[in-house]
Amino acid sequence: MHNEMEVRFLSLSGNEALARAIAVSFAAQMNPGIEELSDIRTAVSEAVTNAIIHGYDQNTDRVVTLQMETEKDVLTVIVRDEGCGIGDIDLARKPFYTSKPELERSGMGFSVMEAFMDSVDVRSELGHGTTVTMRKRIRHAD
Amino acid sequence: MELNAQKRGSRLSVQLSGELDHHSAEQTRIMLDTLLRDVTVHELVLDLSGMTFMDSAGIGVILGRFRKISMRGGRMVVKGMNASVDRLFQMSGIYAIVERQ
Repeated sequence: MHNEMEVRFLSLSGNEALARAIAVSFAAQMNPGIEELSDIRTAVSEAVTNAIIHGYDQNTDRVVTLQMETEKDVLTVIVRDEGCGIGDIDLARKPFYTSKPELERSGMGFSVMEAFMDSVDVRSELGHGTTVTMRKRIRHAD
Repeated sequence: MELNAQKRGSRLSVQLSGELDHHSAEQTRIMLDTLLRDVTVHELVLDLSGMTFMDSAGIGVILGRFRKISMRGGRMVVKGMNASVDRLFQMSGIYAIVERQ
């Protein structure tokens, strides 16, 4: 089965729940297991939260794009912001590293994405934004 | 996020219900810290059986409260984790420092 969708929403923290709900509804068409759906829900939440907190530094009038694609049994999730970008991607991906310790962040965002998805690719350009592409093979996909 | 708190001696039991993400983290943190202003609290028990979603923002909230209660020589216990919260806790190593019941 091939399917695609794209949504754009403002960088409001309340839209984190919206993005999770949309992602789960789209992925549900592949008939995944409960655990797989929960993995996708959490990974999308992490990527969208990063875009809002780090990409846009909590400015609420910017746009986050969530793009999803299914190709056979593989789900691709792309979360994009046009924010400040990441200077050192390797450092940002390190477990427990956070650039905003004052916000009491755990520094586990990328680690969670990596644990719950099969692959996580991060492309970023300072001043231009960040694109996170995650893929997951759905075991019981129709 | 909804909190239900009960105190018995030095033990404060808090039942959390709903979603704990970045959006609800600050409100949850403020509510828990308000409860922890009571200096006689030395054991914080978090009942997570009513949690429908948690991501790494929740880990930040839990570790922050753990630091607070440890600083006064107290301890923290988590219980009622569903399968996805349990996997999140396992991968983040939270069980190495926070007691699980």
